Amino acid sequence: MEALFGIVGKDFVIVASDTSSIRSIVVMKSDEDRSRNLNKHNVLLYTGEPGDSVQFVEYIQRNAELYSIRNDVGLSTLGCASFTRRALADALRSRNSYQTNLLIGGYDPKDGPRLYWIDYLSSSLSVPFACQGYAGYFCYSTMDRYYHKDMSKEEAMALVKKCIAELKTRFVANLPNWQVKIIDQNGIEQILVSAADV
Amino acid sequence: MSIMAYNGASIVAMKGKGCVAIAADRRFGSQQLTISTDFQKVFAINDRLMYGMAGLGTDVQTLSERFRMKTNLYKLREERDIEPKTFAHLVSSTLYEKRFGPYFIEPIVAGLDKNGEPFICSADLIGCLNFAKDFCVAGTASQNLYGMCETVWREDLEPEELFEATSQALLNAVDRDCLSGWGAVVHIITADRIITRTLKGRMD
Repeated sequence: MEALFGIVGKDFVIVASDTSSIRSIVVMKSDEDRSRNLNKHNVLLYTGEPGDSVQFVEYIQRNAELYSIRNDVGLSTLGCASFTRRALADALRSRNSYQTNLLIGGYDPKDGPRLYWIDYLSSSLSVPFACQGYAGYFCYSTMDRYYHKDMSKEEAMALVKKCIAELKTRFVANLPNWQVKIIDQNGIEQILVSAADV
Repeated sequence: MSIMAYNGASIVAMKGKGCVAIAADRRFGSQQLTISTDFQKVFAINDRLMYGMAGLGTDVQTLSERFRMKTNLYKLREERDIEPKTFAHLVSSTLYEKRFGPYFIEPIVAGLDKNGEPFICSADLIGCLNFAKDFCVAGTASQNLYGMCETVWREDLEPEELFEATSQALLNAVDRDCLSGWGAVVHIITADRIITRTLKGRMD
């Protein structure tokens, strides 16, 4: 029931995840953080099997940190995505595979803003906008309609809010709170958005 | 649904006169939901040899990385480019290694050998090679492609005619398949260079 989405703007990436942790008919937690900052310019969002996701994502986060320590510079977004894809692909046909779907959003000084969609089978796609989970069935159409290249922060934020509104209207699960992160050349900015405000 | 049809893909290769064509659609989906419309399925090894893979997206990516590694090592050791027939056998062994836990892909190899002779070849997911003399097809629209290729292919097509034949075969085949389409990329490999064209077909 978890939803993630991401949108690439002119010189930033905006990523959003809902903050409800739901198991069957029970809402266990409403302030779950479904993201991890890999370094100053890259964020990894995850959904899927609870234990698998956290184990895998923290492994990636720690390796990204190790890279920064060894090389004195952060991994690029493509580097994060490649490393993650390779780790997930190697695990896929081993004893322990990870049922985790991911979005990696980041800003690279050389390549600009990038968003990578990675599914649990470890297919990695660089995309202008993406959703993970059931959200895709509702929000892809909204994004297809309103997305254009080089969106400003205001336009992208408005589009994120349109998507949240779409889920509020049409999705069976109640997702009242959202954590939105904007990644640009200055770093990562976090905003909390309530579905009541969209 | 079959694991080979989970992401959706269609690839076709045809022999021409001193040239070969290899083309693929661009869709990547999660069953019925389309995620991306620019997913790469055809990869170049050098300017005379290309290969495409239809099937599960993750295996397409994993194998493209593995083949890049194997052919780079081949070039370093042999100090020459790999021949298409040799590469086809390399693909076959790589796939058969995983006989009891296979990669879910169907590869097609297309290239010109050192004498400029056109070469195309396809394989199944466990590496059984098929050295075709006319065309090779793979993917979710393979049956449609068989029909289209049989209709449009003739012997000794010049590069431009081959481009037209390959494009028409692919575009019309994927129009009858919900899991492939969303545009196409066609590569024509001739003696001097590779001509790559992106086609906009029915975007649905």
